[in-house]
Amino acid sequence: MGLGNYIKEVASGVKSLLTGMKVTGRLFLRHHKDKLTEQYPNNKATLTMAERFRGEVVMKHDENNEHACTGCTACELACPNATIKIITRFDVTPEGKKKKALDTFVYHLQLCTMCNLCIEACPTDAIKMAQTFEHSVFDRSQLIKKLNQPGSKIRAGVE
Amino acid sequence: MSLEYITNIVHEWLYANLNATLALFIEFFIIGVLVIGLFAALGLVLIMMERKVSSWMQLRIGPNRVGPGGMFQTVADTIKLIVKEGMTPDSVDKLLFNIAPFIVMVIAMVVMAPIAFAKGFQIWDINIGVLFVLAVSSISVIGILMAGYSSNNKYSLMGAMRSGAQIVSYELSAGMAVLTIVVLSGGLRISTIIESQQTGWWIFKGHIPAIVAFVIFIIAVTAETNRAPFDLAEAENELTGGFHTEYSGMKFALFFLAEYVNIFVVCAIGATLFLGGWMPLHFGNWEGFNHIMDYIPSSVWFVGKTFFLIFVIMWFRWTFPRLRIDQLLQLEWKYLLPISMFNLLLATVVAISGWHF
Repeated sequence: MGLGNYIKEVASGVKSLLTGMKVTGRLFLRHHKDKLTEQYPNNKATLTMAERFRGEVVMKHDENNEHACTGCTACELACPNATIKIITRFDVTPEGKKKKALDTFVYHLQLCTMCNLCIEACPTDAIKMAQTFEHSVFDRSQLIKKLNQPGSKIRAGVE
Repeated sequence: MSLEYITNIVHEWLYANLNATLALFIEFFIIGVLVIGLFAALGLVLIMMERKVSSWMQLRIGPNRVGPGGMFQTVADTIKLIVKEGMTPDSVDKLLFNIAPFIVMVIAMVVMAPIAFAKGFQIWDINIGVLFVLAVSSISVIGILMAGYSSNNKYSLMGAMRSGAQIVSYELSAGMAVLTIVVLSGGLRISTIIESQQTGWWIFKGHIPAIVAFVIFIIAVTAETNRAPFDLAEAENELTGGFHTEYSGMKFALFFLAEYVNIFVVCAIGATLFLGGWMPLHFGNWEGFNHIMDYIPSSVWFVGKTFFLIFVIMWFRWTFPRLRIDQLLQLEWKYLLPISMFNLLLATVVAISGWHF
C-alpha cells in the first residue's frame, strides 16, 4: 500500500464518517418536526391506521343491511387454522326451489393470524380486513364473533 | 461570588478556627462529599442526556412520563436499581467479584483530582497533572479485567480481554495527542496548560497539529471509555453484556455510573487541553470582545465545553456501527498511531519554530 493510497483511504474514511454524522445531526435538530413516535393512548382521537393494516375480519354490509356472502365456505376452506365456521340454511325461493344461504358466519378472533387468505379466497368480495386493533376482552367467549348482522340477507343478484 | 472566593472563605475560616490537622481533614471530608455529590448528579444528568440525544437522533421522543418532560426518569431508575437484590452468583470468585465495581468507581474518582472546574477551583494542582490522568485512567482496565475474570463466565472473560486489548492500544494514541498539547504549551501542570491558552485556545492557535490531535484524542477516548462504536467489551449481541453480564442491582449501577463519569472526565480533559478549560474565548487583541467574554463565569465555560464534547461522543455512539475486533485494532495500529506519531513530530517543529500564535 503506497503512501498516496494510505492518505486517500484515510480521507475517504473521514468523509464517510462525516456524512453519517451529518445525517444524525440533521435529525437531531429536526426531531421536533419529523418525530415518528405515536403517543398511542393520548392520540386516540387523531390516530389513523395504515390502510393495509389487518386487524380483524369483518363482513361488509350496505345501508339495506344486505351482505354479499353466499355461504359457499371458500373462506372456511382457505383458513389455515379453522378460524371461520360457516353455518348455512336452505331458503325456499318464490319459485319453490331450495337455495343455500348463509345462516351464521362464526369468526374465532382468538385463532386468527390475520393472514388474509380468506379475503383472497372469497369469490364475491363479501368480507374484508378492518383496521381495529383494541381486541382485549375479559372473557374469551367474547372473542367468538358472529359477522353477519342480525336480520341481514344476501344482496339481490349476488350468486 | 466566584467558586474561588467561596473556597477561599471556607479555607481561611477553617484554618483560623481549628488546628491545622483537623482543618485539613475537614477539607478532605468536604471534597469527598462534593465529589460523591458530583458523581450522583453526573450519573443522573448524563444518562438522561444520552437517552434524549439517542431518541432525538432516531426521531423518537424518549422518556417523557416521569416528571416534566421525563426529567425524573433516571431518578426512578436509580431507585429501582438500589432496591434490587445485589446477587452474587455461586461459582464466582467472591472477593474479586465484589470489589471490581468499586475499583472502577474509585479510579474514576481519582482522575477527578487534577481537573480544574473553574478559575482557582481545583482539587489538586499536581505538577504532572496530565501524566497523572493518563496513568490513573489506565488502571480502570484492571477493574474491568477483575470483573470479567471473577465472573467465571466465558462471555464476561471475552469481554474483559477485549476491553484490555482495546484500552492498552488506544492509550497510545490518546497519550500522543495529549503530548502534542504538552509540547505546544510547555507544561504538564493543568493550570500551566490553561494559562497558556489566555490568548486563544490551542485548537485555534496550534494550526493543523492541534486539530489532528484533537480528532485523534476524541476517537481514542471514545475507545478508552468502551463506548460505541468501540463497545466490543459489552457487545450486547455477541457477549450478552460482556464483563458485567453477571452483575445486577447496585453493583451493575456502579459500572454504569463509572462509564458515564469516565466520559465526563475524558471530556473535561479534552476541553482543558484543546478548548482552554475554564478560559473564556479570547482572540489575540480584540479588547472589547475579550472583555465581554470575561463576564461569563469560568465554571459556565468549563461545563459548556465539557458537555459539548460529551454531546459529540454521544453523537458518535448513535451514528456509527460497531467495529469488529480486527477492524478496531487495525484502526489503532495502522491509522491512528502512525498519524499521531507524525503529528507529534509536526507539533514539535511548530513549537520549536514558534509558528503558533
